[in-house]
Amino acid sequence: MVDPEVPVLTIEDLGVLRGVGVAEDGAVEVAITPTYSGCPAMNVIALEVELALERAGIAKGRVRTVLSPAWTTDWMSDEGRRKLKEYGIAPPAPKATRRALFGLEAIACPRCGSEDTEKITEFGSTACKALWRCRSCREPFDHFKCI
Amino acid sequence: MTTIIAADAPLVQYALRLADNALVLGHRLSEWCGHAPMLEEDIALANIALDLIGQARPLYAYAAELEGEGRNEDKLAYLRDASQYRNVLLVEQPNGDFAVTIVRQFLYAAFMAPFWRLLAGSRDATFAAIAAKAEKEAAYHLRHSAEWLIRLGDGTPESHARAQAALDELWMYTGELFEADAIERGLIERGVALDPQTLRPEWDETVDRVLGEATLKRPPDGWMQTGGRTGRHSEHLGFILADMQFLQRAYPGATW
Ligand SMILES: [Zn+2]
Repeated sequence: MVDPEVPVLTIEDLGVLRGVGVAEDGAVEVAITPTYSGCPAMNVIALEVELALERAGIAKGRVRTVLSPAWTTDWMSDEGRRKLKEYGIAPPAPKATRRALFGLEAIACPRCGSEDTEKITEFGSTACKALWRCRSCREPFDHFKCI
Repeated sequence: MTTIIAADAPLVQYALRLADNALVLGHRLSEWCGHAPMLEEDIALANIALDLIGQARPLYAYAAELEGEGRNEDKLAYLRDASQYRNVLLVEQPNGDFAVTIVRQFLYAAFMAPFWRLLAGSRDATFAAIAAKAEKEAAYHLRHSAEWLIRLGDGTPESHARAQAALDELWMYTGELFEADAIERGLIERGVALDPQTLRPEWDETVDRVLGEATLKRPPDGWMQTGGRTGRHSEHLGFILADMQFLQRAYPGATW
């Protein structure tokens, strides 16, 4: 199942899927966690998971939202980072440090790899992204913010 | 009307205060959508509004669960009157010009960034989890508003004058951020809530540093307005609720 806003990532790549198990009452329970508190994609993700359970013929299934431990970009898999970069979105730094959180570390252009880049705006097309520009190839690009 | 199970009453109140702050400020910021001075800022304010409303949701859900009266996050947001709202007066103040919005945001974020960081160590697992997430967002909100405040204060004579006027106007609402009443005292002792006074040094340091860079003058601590946290609000909140709650009041239970 893919993320509705970044369709190259599955919810597993993103680290939103926390686990699938069978609850005490026999229901199949899928645990998901929000990325940003107000991420509007969460409702869509929950709905799609429910549909997927139904399509799989599971009569009793439900989605559970877990808040702890809080999601950070460290939950994103290496595979997810690679897919993001190929899609043209600069992936978050591998460790969610405070420097990375504030974009004080160099962000490489996903197109040409240059680190000569600048931030245009902190708040981009979705809650999880900032808008950057590459000074080498002049292309603007999205950066998946590090939190 | 709102009978609350006595044992959990302080916890419910605490969750509601935090949730109402986030929701009301989030709603205020959403009023800028389509009206901000530039596209990037329009998107930024809408993003921040979304973060805030996102913070409010699990807090309302938790309050509803603790209360155990069958209410949910929507009922708490849409079906309480102004006197039942528990937000601080600062967040309900009108947007004014862009300087007022930025100053209001800065004063609030400078408080909430360390607040969430420390609340992440709460003995209450739900508050701790919500705080751990909100902390990162608040850090972004603080940086965004601080950068703007410096730009406005240290900008043109016009932007400087407006930023200073906004600061002078809103300063009287900052005292309420640091209040703790009997409801919270017990929670503070149990390690569930934070004593807001412990945030004072960091808030002072942030405010002084940013105002210094912005060449703005910190107003003296004079008369401080208070009352929002116990339901005594300015007239502005009623207008916010009239706007926000209209649909659910007119068409109870409407969904789409
Ligand atoms: Zn490039």
